[in-house]
Amino acid sequence: MEVKTASFEKVSSSKQTTVSGAEAVIKCLLEEGVDTLYGYPGGAIMPVYDELYKYQNQIHHVLTRHEQGASHAAQGYARVSGKVGVALATSGPGATNLVTGIADAQIDSTPLVCITGQVGSHLLGSDAFQETDIIGISTPITKWNYQITKAEEIPEILAKAFFIARSGRPGPVLIDITKDAQFASLDFSYKKCSGIRSYKPKPEINLIEVERAAQAMNNAKKPMIVFGQGVILGGAEELFKQVVEKSGIPAAWTILGLSAMPTDHPLNVGMVGMHGNYGPNVLTNECDVLIAIGMRFDDRVTGNLEKYAKQAKVIHFEIDPAEINKNVHADIPVLGNVNETLKVLLDLLKPNKHEAWHQKFKDHYKIEFDKIIKNDLNAERGKIGMAEVIDEINKCSKGDAVIVSDVGQHQMVACRYSKFNQTRSNVTSGGLGTMGFALPAAIGAKMGAPERDVVAIIGDGGYQMTIQELGTIFQTKVPVKIVVLNNDFLGMVRQWQQLFFEKRYASTEMMNPDFITIAKGYHIKAKQVSKREDLKEAVTEMMESKEAYFLEVKVEQEENVFPMVPTGASVSDIRLE
Amino acid sequence: MEKKDFTVSVYTENNIGLLSRIAAIFQKRHINIESITASRSEVNEVMRFTIVVQVTEDQVKKIAGQIEKQIEVIKAFYHTDDEMIYQETALYKINSADFVEDLNIQDFIKESNARIVTVTPKFFVIEKTGKRHETDSLYEKLKPYGLMQFVRSGTIAVTKNEMPISKILEKFDTTN
Repeated sequence: MEVKTASFEKVSSSKQTTVSGAEAVIKCLLEEGVDTLYGYPGGAIMPVYDELYKYQNQIHHVLTRHEQGASHAAQGYARVSGKVGVALATSGPGATNLVTGIADAQIDSTPLVCITGQVGSHLLGSDAFQETDIIGISTPITKWNYQITKAEEIPEILAKAFFIARSGRPGPVLIDITKDAQFASLDFSYKKCSGIRSYKPKPEINLIEVERAAQAMNNAKKPMIVFGQGVILGGAEELFKQVVEKSGIPAAWTILGLSAMPTDHPLNVGMVGMHGNYGPNVLTNECDVLIAIGMRFDDRVTGNLEKYAKQAKVIHFEIDPAEINKNVHADIPVLGNVNETLKVLLDLLKPNKHEAWHQKFKDHYKIEFDKIIKNDLNAERGKIGMAEVIDEINKCSKGDAVIVSDVGQHQMVACRYSKFNQTRSNVTSGGLGTMGFALPAAIGAKMGAPERDVVAIIGDGGYQMTIQELGTIFQTKVPVKIVVLNNDFLGMVRQWQQLFFEKRYASTEMMNPDFITIAKGYHIKAKQVSKREDLKEAVTEMMESKEAYFLEVKVEQEENVFPMVPTGASVSDIRLE
Repeated sequence: MEKKDFTVSVYTENNIGLLSRIAAIFQKRHINIESITASRSEVNEVMRFTIVVQVTEDQVKKIAGQIEKQIEVIKAFYHTDDEMIYQETALYKINSADFVEDLNIQDFIKESNARIVTVTPKFFVIEKTGKRHETDSLYEKLKPYGLMQFVRSGTIAVTKNEMPISKILEKFDTTN
């Protein structure tokens, strides 16, 4: 008797027909509602590309200029749309070039399905042309991976791939398909996957823990919420807002939690972590109950764990059991999708205001404003500061744009100063810190939310890591707005060299090309500004552009991002200068 | 926290690549695997990995959580030695001439409850199943006579308490 290890929906939505493995791949994608995918052709994936040609009216394939661009574009698409992002590549170098995007998606819980071609199954292990063990390579950075060697496996495996990528704590899945499996034929019928016996995407909710959490929150005198991307991934933004408003508890966000709650909400008290806001960092070590919601206590959030919120009772709302007690001990662990657990919690909460406690956050904000924010936004001398650029974008977008940031100083500034009214608006590489993420991710983001303005904020270093994707923008005419904050330095590394390596600027000074000429080479509208008085007009022109637009802003060269929690320090020892 | 031996028992689907997926979890944390054994389990079509590591309880708890998170892992348990019945098997290949000439060897075999598996004119193969110190002790005794080959299996272990795998799987069958 065959053992049933997964379950599938009973009704097959398509009639059984005989097709090639390659065509089956496309049919599976259509069944899963995929309308856009990102990729790059090559030998071992050619049969699938041949089918894409036939199905081009039903599915939009975006040819990126490098497979890394394809994986980041798929991430950007997934992050703004909430759908599974799909990337396609050939074997060998095509597959290995996807790796950075896959690792990024794994650590930032982004649902991706990556499909790679593989050499024919008779050649596996023979060191054939463009053969690489992508299953071995991708194992530690995927939620699941699988090598298909027989055409008839395709529908069931792809159904499982999509189910696994999007359910529970989302993540990347890689499916490697040998070329002979793409050529062979099968009787195709598709059933969506509805369960896998060894996989529990929905932990059972323990009502007693929710009750304990509610009681602790109701009794708290100085409670503080820290929320992460779990709120967004769970689609729990509205519920979360109600929890915050009813309980009156100040709420701070992690970098990936940003935009789950409007930035101007009176109970939104800013960002926690290394370059977060002063108040939430300092008060982490003063609160009596710390309520973590859909976040994982990354080291960039906690600083020194030995000195992190030791005085507080910790409540941890989390979908992934492996995250409970991983970095910070949870006195009250509440497992489950926050969309479900917060619903139960909301009814148990007593309305409160916590005015005196909230005032403390305001007092700390005042200190940070006077020391840092005021100068960041209103510098009168010197070159343009990064925050001024973000501020101009805010004025034009009114907080409705999607901001895609790369990695480094500009990223911290973009996250600190961007205004957001809507969820799924902040796209950045949080966990992996992947320079080169933003340009391709912005392409995917714009395609995932075509009605919204998408602005990529990138440094001069990261921009050049995936600058080839300007070709994708040129070819697809995707109207993204690209801002390069150019300080001719690898700014964040330079800041660390200044602060911790006695200003030995080893390999951080950049001799940069003429970015305007490069953009023009791709026929992208481009402008450079270096004077404060020209900034507003330039940003406005970019924001009003209906086409893709490149804006280079020459910014202050040796600006530092503060506040800062130095490595190994406690969050409450955050430095303001 | 003190490091000690923990046995991690992992019940999984029978799929290619799971061994490296599980091993990668130890590798990522720079933890050496003392021994690892894979076999069928008491449940039809379900594999069981028995992994011995020397870590702190905090570490093993997190490792078990990360292993269990893998899609094709049904359940991961960890236990200390006193919660398990565990054994290892060792094979000792020795020269027949030594065996016949030295009566001590025959005594060692009897005393240690080892078993002669194969006899040929050239060599004998002796098998001993037991705890690590027992197979080590026989090793030390036989070594002076010239061991032609020695090999020992990883630890295999069953728990004193129940492992509710069948119940977990039944639950899936009834809810799906």
